[in-house]
Amino acid sequence: MPDLLEDTRSGLLPENVITPLRQGEETTNGAATILATSDLRKYYDRATPVLQGIDLSIRAGERVALIGSNGSGKSTLLKCLIGIHPNSGGRVTVMDHSFSRLPDAGQRRNIRRSTGFVFQKHCLVRRRTVLSNVVHGMLGTEGSWRGFSQAIAPEAWRLAALEALSEVNLESFALRRADALSGGQQQRVAIARALVRRPRLLIADEPAASLDPVSGRDVMELFSRLCKQHGITLLFTSHDMAHAREFSDRVVALRQGRIFLDRPSADVTDRDLQETFDA
Amino acid sequence: MPEARDTLMPGRWSGFSPVTFILLVAAGGLILSSMQSVAPSPKQLVDGVPGMVSLVDRMLPPNTDPAFLKRIGLRIVETFQIALVGAAVGVLLSLPVGWLAARGITPFGRGGYLVKAFVSLLRTVPDLVWALLFVATVGLGAVAGTMTIIVDTVGFCGRFFAEAMEDSDKEPQEALSAIGASRMSILFGAILPDAAPSLINTSLFALEKAVRSSVVLGLVGAGGIGQELKVAFDLFQYKNASMIILAIFVIVLVMEYVTDRLRASLQ
Ligand SMILES: Nc1ncnc2c1ncn2[C@@H]1O[C@H](COP(=O)(O)OP(=O)(O)OP(=O)(O)O)[C@@H](O)[C@H]1O
Ligand SMILES: [Mg+2]
Repeated sequence: MPDLLEDTRSGLLPENVITPLRQGEETTNGAATILATSDLRKYYDRATPVLQGIDLSIRAGERVALIGSNGSGKSTLLKCLIGIHPNSGGRVTVMDHSFSRLPDAGQRRNIRRSTGFVFQKHCLVRRRTVLSNVVHGMLGTEGSWRGFSQAIAPEAWRLAALEALSEVNLESFALRRADALSGGQQQRVAIARALVRRPRLLIADEPAASLDPVSGRDVMELFSRLCKQHGITLLFTSHDMAHAREFSDRVVALRQGRIFLDRPSADVTDRDLQETFDA
Repeated sequence: MPEARDTLMPGRWSGFSPVTFILLVAAGGLILSSMQSVAPSPKQLVDGVPGMVSLVDRMLPPNTDPAFLKRIGLRIVETFQIALVGAAVGVLLSLPVGWLAARGITPFGRGGYLVKAFVSLLRTVPDLVWALLFVATVGLGAVAGTMTIIVDTVGFCGRFFAEAMEDSDKEPQEALSAIGASRMSILFGAILPDAAPSLINTSLFALEKAVRSSVVLGLVGAGGIGQELKVAFDLFQYKNASMIILAIFVIVLVMEYVTDRLRASLQ
């Protein structure tokens, strides 16, 4: 996808090559903006501001790594973007839906319908099958109540779930119980759950944090490859600087509630990183 | 510097305030004075022995007349029916009740406390009192007994179901909610599967409890084998009474065995 964007910018490809994504307002770069914040602020209690004016704009198809020290507000930012927490000020625009405090019910449904989430861990229903957990990804779409178990889910959903499972190489585990899988496998199931309804935006909060170095790398590679393949915009947080640089097109660093650094991954220096985490 | 250490040393009797002491003395006095009026005196105990011996004498041997045994058998079946139907309906009702009462999960928000208070009311009124109420409203017999067991089971399971749901794994629930799943989907997709072992365990206890109380409900005319026991005592048919007590013993034993086996097979 990024190569396509590159070509569009240099005028080699007609605009409509990427318009199938059609994500709203055009930026100067020519690619549609899928997610934007302006002066986004957030405090949980008045005394301690967490986000102090975030201006961020992400283009469709970009893969963005969000870094920053513990407590710098990464998870908070992700939650504010999709209306899990109410914002305290500023505006958020996600896929044409613009809101200030919280998205209204219709906006929230639409945003969540085309967004996938992967969390650090513990996010599968342990006593359910792998397939059921992936089918859960279809909840929130039309006629959703049948998605709580694969046994009663519509056939199309089961097929989509199985396909998503094969993309993460776990189709042979479909009927295993989720808690019978290793941490890395569980995280791959979570990715399949996020992918099953073909989201336009994928948000992942430290997806590799509870995994060993090898599984962590596998999971990040999988993310990166699938997002590229399906043209999905990826926004992930990580404390692993190698992951942050290698699996993204752009690195955004938070420091004390503000954006401290925002540049293409290739241009991020060790010095940048050091300053980000300096006390 | 021993002095410095002394001041840092926590007191041996910290937390034992004068108020605590006064309360302890008052409680002791209350127990002693109550003992005088209600506890059996040694003389009463000694005088009671011959009465007890003669009662046991009149109870033996238990009545094994086939016609009587058949009547008892039917009553035992009725007792099990009351317990089974009452517990099953009660458990089914407890699922929504527990959901409505569970903190952080109930769609009522703060109103969940009202549901919890209602469940507590069902639980704190003793089953025999419920049985009296239902006998007064629907009349003598098994129906009053079944209704009593239902209410009793909701009082018991409603509370423990709510707690099991409150204790269920929060992360998958948040993950599903972020996906956009409805409350119902989260309930069936994440909360119930996670709480299932605990729910089943509680239900088995409820069944055990139901059998135990269905045995005595008959004492106030709410059906089951207790009714026979009351008749036997009222008419001084002690040989019948001893047979019935034996039967009750067997019922409870069988029930505990069965639920233990079920629980073990669930692990
Ligand atoms: N639900 C909450 N209620 C109150 N304060 C919160 C809540 N969540 C986060 N905070 C506070 O907000 C600040 C930012 O937390 P956040 O979780 O966003 O940081 P983070 O960058 O994700 O950190 P980490 O790298 O440890 O995950 C912290 O000081 C934290 O204490
Ligand atoms: Mg975090």
